[in-house]
Amino acid sequence: MRTAFFVFLVVTTGTLGEISLTHAMKRIGEVHQFTPMAVLRAMGRAFQQGWMWLAFALMALSFFAMLELLTREDVSFVIPATAASYAVGALGAKFLLHEQVSRTRWLGVLLVSFGVALVWLGK
Amino acid sequence: MSSHSARHTKTYILLALMVMCGSVGDVILGSGMKQVGEITAFTPAAIGTFLASVFTHPTVLLAIGALIAYFICYCLLLSWADFSFVLPSSALTYVLVPLLARFWLHEEVKALRWAGIGCIFLGVMLVGFTPHTTTGQKAAAGAERG
Repeated sequence: MRTAFFVFLVVTTGTLGEISLTHAMKRIGEVHQFTPMAVLRAMGRAFQQGWMWLAFALMALSFFAMLELLTREDVSFVIPATAASYAVGALGAKFLLHEQVSRTRWLGVLLVSFGVALVWLGK
Repeated sequence: MSSHSARHTKTYILLALMVMCGSVGDVILGSGMKQVGEITAFTPAAIGTFLASVFTHPTVLLAIGALIAYFICYCLLLSWADFSFVLPSSALTYVLVPLLARFWLHEEVKALRWAGIGCIFLGVMLVGFTPHTTTGQKAAAGAERG
């Protein structure tokens, strides 16, 4: 039960963190120039967004939950279990970011999740 | 070059750079940490010495640089591309890391892992066939209608 709770925590906080990060980047708008100064300016603007800091807090929580899991469970269990993040991420993208996730993209996401699980089971 | 194809090009270039930085960063971080050696004591002094040797090791610093570059590429991509496009595409690091481990570090890669690599590759290819951004398109369509 405790393991299931921590897997849930890793996946949900990690995904919500990445969604907050996406929201922060969408708010600063599309980056068109890629000179070092332009990139630095874009990242500076991103760090002025509250969403960016929320993203860091959520991803840090996910990271520590992952560390807690790794103290009790094998990495060959933890990583495949958290590969569900890709599918949960697509759900979050659809319902929170209002992206259009087509059937092709869903199939791709599910194949990636399955593949990540296999890669770690094969370690 | 139209703005659509320019965006297409920059998406793929940045994606390739992101996957390369992430994979190389992971591999050299692993190599660097092995050179630093295992932590043997957990007293504050021992942890301090360990962290000092980690953060002054050139290979580890190079790896951290590569991983920061990965994060910047990831953020820049998300400024226009869909999260549901970038996230699965970032899994290509799972393809490149075992390949680098096999051919650079000469580690053994099991059959199950190759099967996983195949699935990820196929999945990313499928995601790659979908539009990079859908929220902008919807907005543009709405603007045209309006």
